[in-house]
Amino acid sequence: MAALAAGLLFGLGLVVSGMVNPAKVLGFLDVAGDWDPSLAFVMAAAIPVATLGFRLGGRMQAPLCATAFAPPARRRIDARLLGGAALFGVGWGLAGFCPGPALASLSFGGWRALAFVAAMLVGMGLFRLAERGGTTGAEQPAARPG
Amino acid sequence: MTQFTPYSAAAGGALIGASAALLWVALGRVAGISGILGGLAGAPAGEPGWRLAFLAGLVAAPLLYVATFGAPEVLIAADPVRLAVAGLLVGFGTRLGTGCTSGHGVCGIARLSPRSIAATGIFMATATATVFLSRHVLGG
Repeated sequence: MAALAAGLLFGLGLVVSGMVNPAKVLGFLDVAGDWDPSLAFVMAAAIPVATLGFRLGGRMQAPLCATAFAPPARRRIDARLLGGAALFGVGWGLAGFCPGPALASLSFGGWRALAFVAAMLVGMGLFRLAERGGTTGAEQPAARPG
Repeated sequence: MTQFTPYSAAAGGALIGASAALLWVALGRVAGISGILGGLAGAPAGEPGWRLAFLAGLVAAPLLYVATFGAPEVLIAADPVRLAVAGLLVGFGTRLGTGCTSGHGVCGIARLSPRSIAATGIFMATATATVFLSRHVLGG
């Protein structure tokens, strides 16, 4: 199954690249300290390879195992996009975990990885509640329903 | 503090790129982890299958890696409070901003999406600013 294979490749890539190590991620983000630029090479390698895939897809009528391509629908650069990205960056910089590596390190990251993933799921749940017009997540500046 | 490892980083990056290419060519889906995970809740019937399969692979691949090569070097220094706050911000922020390092940072930039390029610039900026403040100003 293609999705499983893609997940395996992604998880392997995260481990091999060192993205699963928060200390390394923080070393990459610490440009004013003892900077470890390694993770720039992850992006530098991932983007051209992914580009080939998107180019190839652009020449196809439909994906191999689905009826249609499903690109992200939103086009506008708005406050939600930028506010969400800003909040995400602060969280990423606090612990060194972004969603993929956090999930990938569940099997060996101990309780800390588990705690982060649990909190991340709560954060996603709070967003769903806020979207529905709930009053939770009041400390988040952009929590108003859009 | 950590070793400079350009070759393994690039090799891992190429695997991540190949995963994104495969998911697009085979299923027409963007390999954004926060979107795949967050979309599980409230997804239409029959839709969650590929999401679960992808996430299963994402969690299982490291297990296979550890069984074959041993555990990778991992240091999670954050205390429980910091982990909780960070997790909440990452979960909420990636849903509000509709993407994270994979969806915006890798796939979005590869698709030349202006939204993703803007989002990546912002989260890189706030992440480096957060590390700067916590390490060099607040000394934590």
